[in-house]
Amino acid sequence: MAEPHVPHPDLPPPASAVGALGWLRRNLFSSPLNIALTALALYLLVTLIPPLLRWALLDATWSGEDRAACRVNSGACWTFIRVHFDQFLYGFYPEAQRWRVNAVVLFLIFGAVPLFLRSVPDSLKLRWGLGLLLAFPVVAFLLLRGGLGLPVVDTSSWGGLLLTLVIAGVGMTAALPLGVLLALGRRSDMPAIQTLCVTFIEFWRGVPLITVLFMSSVMLPLFLPAGMNFDKLLRALIGVTLFQAAYMAEVVRGGLQAIPKGQIEAAAALGLGYWKSMLLIVLPQALKLVIPGIVNTFIALFKDTSLVLIIGLFDLMNIVHNATTNPEWLGFSTEGYVFAAAVYWLFCFGMSRYSQKLEKRLHTGHKR
Amino acid sequence: MSEAAPAPARAPLSDQVMIDMQGVHKWYGAFHVLKDINLTVHKGERIVICGPSGSGKSTTIRCINHLEEYQRGQIVVDGQALTNDVKQIERIRREVGMVFQHFNLFPHLTVLENCTLAPIWVRKLPRQEAEEIAMRYLKRVKIPEQAGKYPGQLSGGQQQRVAIARSLCMNPKIMLFDEPTSALDPEMIKEVLDTMVALAEDGMTMLCVTHEMGFAKTIAHRVIFMDGGEIIEQNSPQEFFSNPRSDRTKLFLSQILRH
Repeated sequence: MAEPHVPHPDLPPPASAVGALGWLRRNLFSSPLNIALTALALYLLVTLIPPLLRWALLDATWSGEDRAACRVNSGACWTFIRVHFDQFLYGFYPEAQRWRVNAVVLFLIFGAVPLFLRSVPDSLKLRWGLGLLLAFPVVAFLLLRGGLGLPVVDTSSWGGLLLTLVIAGVGMTAALPLGVLLALGRRSDMPAIQTLCVTFIEFWRGVPLITVLFMSSVMLPLFLPAGMNFDKLLRALIGVTLFQAAYMAEVVRGGLQAIPKGQIEAAAALGLGYWKSMLLIVLPQALKLVIPGIVNTFIALFKDTSLVLIIGLFDLMNIVHNATTNPEWLGFSTEGYVFAAAVYWLFCFGMSRYSQKLEKRLHTGHKR
Repeated sequence: MSEAAPAPARAPLSDQVMIDMQGVHKWYGAFHVLKDINLTVHKGERIVICGPSGSGKSTTIRCINHLEEYQRGQIVVDGQALTNDVKQIERIRREVGMVFQHFNLFPHLTVLENCTLAPIWVRKLPRQEAEEIAMRYLKRVKIPEQAGKYPGQLSGGQQQRVAIARSLCMNPKIMLFDEPTSALDPEMIKEVLDTMVALAEDGMTMLCVTHEMGFAKTIAHRVIFMDGGEIIEQNSPQEFFSNPRSDRTKLFLSQILRH
């Protein structure tokens, strides 16, 4: 009779393979080259971080109401940002009416809460989201622009972060569906539609956004009948949307091409027509695949909104720039641009993180 | 090439013609893939189509629900002529279920959602009724417990049974099978074939492209052999396997039955 086999007990791994020591060894000191790079990185951190901290925090000025307050300390003058903060947020929006901007933001935040709750069923989320998508622009337009008893605030006084968010928000929500339609059109069997979409995409992708904005603000009025003048902001919005839709179309097309033909055949064999099979089967899968590309385009769009400064709109970038040229506050452009960069970064990084979460949540463990 | 009589052991077929293909030709560019296909299928009839790869057998059954276009000839399905009219094609597809070699389940939907999608969106059934029907068919293919999972979490055999259930949920009059077991491991072939045999016993009209000759012997009324885009021979399974007429059929059978 053979002895029953007793498995060897598990031994603890050597100290050098696990824990903090193992991590250091694997990631920082695994080869001579890595040791050299680690040393170099440490040297750079030691030389760069302390002066940066001293400028931005330790020697910085936070208080005071004018530039005289910033004469004492050698560091950054955050007073400049504090004094101009409201202007950076709202532009030249009349102070007494700024509650309307805040109301729009609150409406959006509270309206969007159910979309982010796990406990709300997806079908309800879809309906709620569509409702919000229809209601929000109307509410936002009425509140921001005025009418129905509210005093009208002309779009020329919108500015700062408000304007940046309006352009980016409208651009994103309009460019995505338009881009999807263009992508579907480009893959259409119908030659007329295909040619139309290809021409549109190639035209808008072939010109720089600056040119588009210039054309919309300088050239377009020349072609319009005298006396007819439509809003400068609206023209910029249309320009940005069409421009980004062309990029979006190519991103979405990449996703469409990745969907196996069998999916469309299976949908067809069940009797689903073109639009149903696209909306229910192909697009949900294709859009999920290209979330990174879509967010990439969104982020690019968000930053590209700063180009509207060349047609005289005061978005965040332009209003900061404007404040730095104020004779009373000359010499603080570094603080201004650092602040603008930080705000842009915050929004872009937020989008990036959200898209990563979304990708994980939508993953259903399939390979095909 | 004679018109096959149904196997004696099987119930006599009804006179009602479900599929009528007359002189169907198809070209891929200059390549003539289907050459004068004539095929009449009666209600409740079960047909197995076999032949070497590239012989046009899949193309033939894919013409029946217009997944493939054809350039000449005509096809009538359940009394309705197949035309190029999109609405007419969709009407016919509702009555014709299809099971694919690679299952083609929708990976972003759960098993239950795969089954209820077409009843809800095409047949316009209320969600609850569609789910009841789906669960009934999932029980019939013996995987009701997988209803909440995604296709990617199932084995190949399970996925193919879901695909069969998904087709059945549309309550089709005809089922087309395009090599349903060719992408499966040997162990899983049986569970899918068992499901198909059960379906056959319920009197479903079936056209099946397969190389499972045992399956053909047990359930088919008629076996069709295709090569080079033509129907070479068709006969009852007994006659087909024991007494093939053409040399091409003999060669094919000797090769696939050797082991």
